[in-house]
Amino acid sequence: MNSNDSLMAYVLRLADNALILGQRMVELVAAYPELEEELANANFALDYLGQARMYYSYAGDLEGMGRSEDDFAFLRDENEYRNFLLLEQPNGHFGDSITKLVLFESYYLLQLEALVRCSDTRVAEIAARAEKEIRYHLRHNTQWLVRLGDGTEESHDRAQGSVDALWRFTGELFAPDEVDNVFEAEFDGPDLFRIREQWQKNVAAVLQEATLEMPEDHWMASGGKEGRHTEHFGFMIAEMQYLQRAHPGATW
Amino acid sequence: MVALAISREQIMAWLDDVADPEIPVLAITDLGIVRDVTIQDDVVVELTPTYSGCPATEVIEQSVLDALHGHGLENVTIKRVLSPPWTTDWITTEGREKLLKYGIAPPASGGSKRELLHGNRNIACPQCTSVNTSVVSEFGSTACKASYKCNDCLEPFEYFKCI
Repeated sequence: MNSNDSLMAYVLRLADNALILGQRMVELVAAYPELEEELANANFALDYLGQARMYYSYAGDLEGMGRSEDDFAFLRDENEYRNFLLLEQPNGHFGDSITKLVLFESYYLLQLEALVRCSDTRVAEIAARAEKEIRYHLRHNTQWLVRLGDGTEESHDRAQGSVDALWRFTGELFAPDEVDNVFEAEFDGPDLFRIREQWQKNVAAVLQEATLEMPEDHWMASGGKEGRHTEHFGFMIAEMQYLQRAHPGATW
Repeated sequence: MVALAISREQIMAWLDDVADPEIPVLAITDLGIVRDVTIQDDVVVELTPTYSGCPATEVIEQSVLDALHGHGLENVTIKRVLSPPWTTDWITTEGREKLLKYGIAPPASGGSKRELLHGNRNIACPQCTSVNTSVVSEFGSTACKASYKCNDCLEPFEYFKCI
């Protein structure tokens, strides 16, 4: 794999992560029982969709075939998406959604902090913008996980259930493959081993404050980075892509 | 080709009339998102988006084009500049005064990373200037604002968050 291929693949992964998580959050718009959280979720989803647009535009420029951000988002098939499996998991209950965000954003913030210093100017610029937003998300979502874990017996047990159920999707975040390795070497990209160490420390501290147990690492699910998705993914993108599939080329 | 005998200052002055679509009391120049204007064969206006997903970004770009076309400039290009990322520190002193008069507490200067992760100090009420205020919601009518209330004059108000 040469450096250009790794850059394109890396940017698409960033884009797909942002889009797929954003889409899951969009599914919750108008479903929250409380206005503050409704606004938080919608605003955060908007940040992710905005980031996805910047990454997809860049991927289109890198590819040079004239594909637009919409082409990437709406006209690819399931196995062409490279997002983490964690992000496509159904929303479940509120504790599941919050736990998913805390686990991912604790990783994504560290990834962005490293990308700000990478040698590809455009990735570094997008990362600098996104880093500020994710820092704010993480603050909010962490407060919720602590409140749920250290709340009532019921909220504690359900939050622990969320952590236990989602843990098996966290291994993929830190398992470097060729794309990660070439991107790291050629563009001074993130060192996933160091990110993993820091992530474990940060997440352990949050879980401790939330009086939740940190699960042990057993079998980890993976495949999202190669386009092998869980069963939930097809249903999700079927809804997301419905309009473009039914009315090809429709625009605002 | 139209001879461009128009100065950068003139164009910046015209941009002073382009309002932010979400907080119309602010001009886009007050927000600090106009990074530069260069004049060669055409006019290039460099703009920086505030938030990644800010729905106002495209509206603002169109408003800039409309305003300059309205002043007879034919060839105008908008360039989106991402780096360095926009910060609320770029809101001008005049912009902060306008916000305050409008009833929105302006962002405290020097928004730090720590503040983003750990929350902010007491925000002064735009009505009575008391700092005895509390957060009602970290999220308000737009991504850039939080909802507060004043514990002294009891007025609710919005706070323009630091980023």
